[in-house]
Amino acid sequence: MFSQKLVQQSVRRLAVQQPLAIQSMVRASPAAATLGLQKRAVTSTAAEENSILAKQRMNRPVSPHLAIYRPQIGWVASGLNRVTGVALSGTLYLWATAYLASPALGWHVESASMVAAMGALPFAAKVLLKTIMALPFTFHSFNGLRHLMWDLGRGLSNNVIIKSGWTVVGVSVASALALAFV
Amino acid sequence: MASLRTTSRLFAASRPLFRPASFARTYATVDSNVSETPKMKTFKIYRWNPDTPTEKPTMQSYELDLNKTGPMMLDALIRIKNELDPTLTFRRSCREGICGSCAMNIDGVNTLACLCRIPTETTKESRIYPLPHTYVVKDLVPDLTLFYKQYKSIKPYLQRDTPTADGLENRQSPEDRRKLDGLYECILCACCSTSCPSYWWNQEEYLGPAILLQSYRWLVDSRDEKTAERKAALDNSMSVYRCHTILNCTRTCPKGLNPGRAIAETKKMLAA
Repeated sequence: MFSQKLVQQSVRRLAVQQPLAIQSMVRASPAAATLGLQKRAVTSTAAEENSILAKQRMNRPVSPHLAIYRPQIGWVASGLNRVTGVALSGTLYLWATAYLASPALGWHVESASMVAAMGALPFAAKVLLKTIMALPFTFHSFNGLRHLMWDLGRGLSNNVIIKSGWTVVGVSVASALALAFV
Repeated sequence: MASLRTTSRLFAASRPLFRPASFARTYATVDSNVSETPKMKTFKIYRWNPDTPTEKPTMQSYELDLNKTGPMMLDALIRIKNELDPTLTFRRSCREGICGSCAMNIDGVNTLACLCRIPTETTKESRIYPLPHTYVVKDLVPDLTLFYKQYKSIKPYLQRDTPTADGLENRQSPEDRRKLDGLYECILCACCSTSCPSYWWNQEEYLGPAILLQSYRWLVDSRDEKTAERKAALDNSMSVYRCHTILNCTRTCPKGLNPGRAIAETKKMLAA
């Protein structure tokens, strides 16, 4: 301990009195680290960094995401907006294609025969079927208004996001039931 | 008389020296004599070790007495590391929500562990994951290389060629300065970006809410002269327009900022 301090002191004194001597000492001695001077070699270049990262990522797992994120009205409603949009347009495309192909295939998908088929169903089945068809439509319509509002830069505070989300859920369920009982 | 007064004042000044040793504190802890019945709470924490990369990530349970733990999630993590399992790995630094190191997914929501209170109900366990859909370096430490590269790509610094009239500072009016409020406070903790489903699926090309908030911070800066170039760099289908106003970013920001609004304003600027 004491001897180390003595060496440090003498080296410091030397550095003040004869800086050139110290410089040559540092250059010559591999034990320069003991003087508190360290040199670290750069082992990778900027170009190599990307390949190193790619190699590391081969082993690294991706942390869990959708399955562990807390269900919140914001992202759940947004996801349902996408799902209902796909379902609605998918149904339209399917029905329109069937309508076009119906004369050739002998199907009856025109309005008159569909009304007749619907009328033949029992009351409970009518309501259930109509709700299943109406709910995606009402939800997508009202949530679409919410998205238009956001595109105008309005209603983007946390409070409004949550409230408008639940409002859309309430209004779309109510209007879907109203449509189902028409 | 005068000398007496000096000595009494001296004595008063040195009084803290004679305080009992139990007053000494280091980390936030709670006095153990507050409540005798232990309040044990289970913490389930995501573990993955790069030294054994073939082993799948697991959830490890730890039990802590809340009476002896500080109020925040970071206190619990530090206590687990100090007393139960020194191999648990996580980033932390300032413990007051200004460095952004301890960003993680706690009970299903991205937040800073140091700003997140431990729920006091002991019947429910708390689950802690690294930031969602990131490459895991170890345990709760995510790889944010891409996030920082994206930040660099938007040139987050003042760009102007013309010197000011008087050769002094680049001044701006109080109104122009006010436009930067709610933007400059961002600490780049990546909570918002890693809460965004669009960013989960498209992070190679979509910039994500945190970087877009920073981008908007330079778009509205009255002193910056490269607004047109900045807008041109964003004007493609991926950089901004992968935002589908899911608004998880605004919901989750631990600093109470609004990246969703910044992106909406950016879209308006691009459309104008």
